Amino acid sequence: MKKIIVVGNGMVGYKFCEKFVAQPESKNFKVTVFGEEPRPAYDRVHLSEFFENQDAKALEMAPAEWYVDNGIELVVGERVSDIHRSTKTITTAKDREFSYDYLVLATGSSAFVPPIKGVEKEGVFVYRTIEDLEGMLAYADKIKKINPNAKAAVLGGGLLGLEAGKAVMDMGLEPHIVEFAPKLMPRQLDSRSSQVLQLKLESIGLNIHLSKATNQILGDKAITGMEFGEDDVLNVEMLVISAGIRPRDELGKTCDLEMGVRGGIVVNNKMQTSDESIYAIGEIALYNQMIYGLVAPGYEMASVAVDQIIGKAETLMASEIDMSTKLKLIGVDVASFGEPFMPASKGHSVIFEDKTKHLYKRINVSHDGKSLLGGILVGDASDYNMLHQVYLNGMAIPENSAELILPASEGGKSFGSVMDLPDTAQVCSCESISKGAICCSITENGSNNLNDVIAATKATTGCGGCKPMVVDLVNETLKSLGKEVKETLCEHFSFNRQELYDLIKINKVPDYEEALNLFGEGHGCEVCKPALASIFSTITMETANRQPTIQDTNDRFLANIQRNGTYSVVPRVAGGEITPDQLITIGVVAKKYDLYTKITGGQRIDLFGAQIHELPLIWKELIDAGFESGHAYGKSLRTVKSCVGSTWCRYGMHESVTFAIEIENRYRGLRSPHKLKGGVSGCIRECAEARGKDFGLIAVDGGWNLYVCGNGGATPKHAILLAERLDDETVVKYLDRFLMYYIRTAGPLVRTAPWLDKLDGGIDYLKKVVIEDSLGIAEDLELEMQGLVNKYECEWKQAIENPEMMKRFKHFVNSDDTDDNLVFVPMREQKMPKAWS
Amino acid sequence: MQDILKQYETVSETNVKTWFRVGEVNDFPQNSGACIKYKTKQIAVYNFTRTDKWYACQNLCPHKMEMVLSLGMIGDKEGIPKVACPMHKKNFSLEDGSNLGGDDLKIATYPVKIENGNVYIGFSD
Repeated sequence: MKKIIVVGNGMVGYKFCEKFVAQPESKNFKVTVFGEEPRPAYDRVHLSEFFENQDAKALEMAPAEWYVDNGIELVVGERVSDIHRSTKTITTAKDREFSYDYLVLATGSSAFVPPIKGVEKEGVFVYRTIEDLEGMLAYADKIKKINPNAKAAVLGGGLLGLEAGKAVMDMGLEPHIVEFAPKLMPRQLDSRSSQVLQLKLESIGLNIHLSKATNQILGDKAITGMEFGEDDVLNVEMLVISAGIRPRDELGKTCDLEMGVRGGIVVNNKMQTSDESIYAIGEIALYNQMIYGLVAPGYEMASVAVDQIIGKAETLMASEIDMSTKLKLIGVDVASFGEPFMPASKGHSVIFEDKTKHLYKRINVSHDGKSLLGGILVGDASDYNMLHQVYLNGMAIPENSAELILPASEGGKSFGSVMDLPDTAQVCSCESISKGAICCSITENGSNNLNDVIAATKATTGCGGCKPMVVDLVNETLKSLGKEVKETLCEHFSFNRQELYDLIKINKVPDYEEALNLFGEGHGCEVCKPALASIFSTITMETANRQPTIQDTNDRFLANIQRNGTYSVVPRVAGGEITPDQLITIGVVAKKYDLYTKITGGQRIDLFGAQIHELPLIWKELIDAGFESGHAYGKSLRTVKSCVGSTWCRYGMHESVTFAIEIENRYRGLRSPHKLKGGVSGCIRECAEARGKDFGLIAVDGGWNLYVCGNGGATPKHAILLAERLDDETVVKYLDRFLMYYIRTAGPLVRTAPWLDKLDGGIDYLKKVVIEDSLGIAEDLELEMQGLVNKYECEWKQAIENPEMMKRFKHFVNSDDTDDNLVFVPMREQKMPKAWS
Repeated sequence: MQDILKQYETVSETNVKTWFRVGEVNDFPQNSGACIKYKTKQIAVYNFTRTDKWYACQNLCPHKMEMVLSLGMIGDKEGIPKVACPMHKKNFSLEDGSNLGGDDLKIATYPVKIENGNVYIGFSD
């Protein structure tokens, strides 16, 4: 078995592994990967997202288990220090030695730090790794405590610099961008588009300083400012250097591979270095005398190296590499493709500019007006995908080429359909997926929807920029096959949950049987019955007592069925606040019925081991003592967990318990597509774990921060910030809107986190609906929720007061005997069901 | 615990020795199930009101040996009447007791007849 060693576990190094294991020949090789960073490869392109969620895992290209599952040995936190070409071995910084048959260098690049005096001072950072970001965050916190209006500068006005500017702004520092060139993004934009971008960025609060050469960094130990000229000083308390990258090519130098004059390891079109057993890919590879600092060419290089190593010698790197890019910078679209700056000798340019709207579009057209050579888009890059394809495939353009970029109101026309593209058109450049491959996945390989296509082809999984085009291609292809793509509840209803919700509501359908008569067929099943039960409940707030036989077994008996067919009982303890007398009552009841008791994760008490006929007796006693159902058995609001808050805690900022109780009591009994959990923390220490809940509140200076769509469970997810510094009333208003919108639109048994994942436009869209009322339904949602809140009643109280409803709490129809198969065994002074045979 | 399982064997209408009365039609919920006792056996009885058909099977789910099938939701899979066990949602055909999910588990079924508003289950003992 041949051994491959991959040095570097960044995006390109990971991509090499991914492409490699996808090849059947890979089983003849043993792959070992060394990464210097302490974690597996992550998505550096989206590094600034780390500031939103500070969740390093979310950025991972693949979890550590992925490497294990694919037979790859991943060694993190261990740098390769030397290559010994004569013996084909490497040594690591921990002085371990490994041999290789093929060596793949993917060490990437490091931030270039210009030799400015004082650059070593405290508070000066580079912007490259998660560790860099963590360092910046900690330092920002420190300086904000001393000066709440602290300023930070970013040295470099290129792509990464502007990203870093956003990061600095998100940290609550006053952001300043310092650029040596007379314009922003000098490599991608012409002067006019750069000015448009500058105006836009300044309008959102970035301060921009152009044509500034930094002489020295001021300050004693820590940075206090930057000096440009004699009297030209900018006072800042932090500096992020983002002045370009340098290939990390030390390994190549020390083992005498052929190097570029200004760095980089020279490779041929097989990605081979001057030693044919050693390959170099990504930002250390010098190809065509160029270092390509973009992900797409890096991935392409990884692909070529994989094919070369497994023996597909015909795969070579293209001689011309497309450097087109599209990105969203601080919410502003910026794109350039082909030749963005074209000399007048080659053709002419058509420019559309609207400075009031911060829009700039330029296309470069050949002299004969027949082909598109390149262009720049700032402010609105929605035409990028199509223009880029027209450019790449040399497609014909309209006689009046201005139509390509003019707004519709001024004679612009939407140009062509995605289906007009040639099959060879590369739609996803990160993964090199052609239009043909995407369509083929549907027409020949059985993909039936967007998710299937993504899973089969990996299109859109890189930068995601091609997603709109892939969506169009999938829809158009499905349409051309006469396929209607439809998500249905089950074989008995050919509607999805949202459609049934509307049908039942609009037609005032009285019950499940009638819904089945009107819109369904057959007898129903365990999927549609509880789904419709939930719909009925969220339209009319009916309890599970009205249609018990369509409820899931738990709801039918208003208790959680447990391992041996007995049930558990959970009274509501709103916000987790409980009096000594209530504790005693629960204790007395548990003792009387010999129930196993345990504190739940939701700050209440669960009583296990009740038989069906005992349930009403137990509940009668609890209700007489003032308890009510905790709905622990329902797809409904469970608990709103709280920390003790400002009432007792010396750190508490607001009364988290009081507010948790108010919210839990507001939404108690509310049924929803899946269970709902909430949390309220009295300060950012977050003891209530509110960000692990479907909705969470964290007290901050000036109000509550509202987070939504988190959960624990098998796929834990942190809730995402929806709105900041809200007063109590606004929190309730937003929660009403959010919850009702979720209840109306989610699929059955879809919790809020996966619902948000699937929601087109994601959290930004949700913010628009909830905060800006973009759909004009906010008032309706609030009224509907208030209606449900007003109609709440305890379903256990309802059940024990109605003899007809009580009939179902009996084991046998024809006997008063109880189930004699139940066997309990003692455990730690309580009892448990006897283990399964 | 396997002993409990052994006492349940499918009875066809031709093998019935005893038609045991288990109650009136109204004692059983519509489009749902309930449990009855016959000697040491627990039997789940289902009333499919939409087609006016009745089915009976062992109450014991053979998967984890729990007396729960009468509590499961009923319905049909491509026209075959079925019950979904409340524990792990295994689907059993009420016509022949087979597991519609595919594995070997099987439940015993019993014939049901309705006479003068009374419900009878057929047993071979």
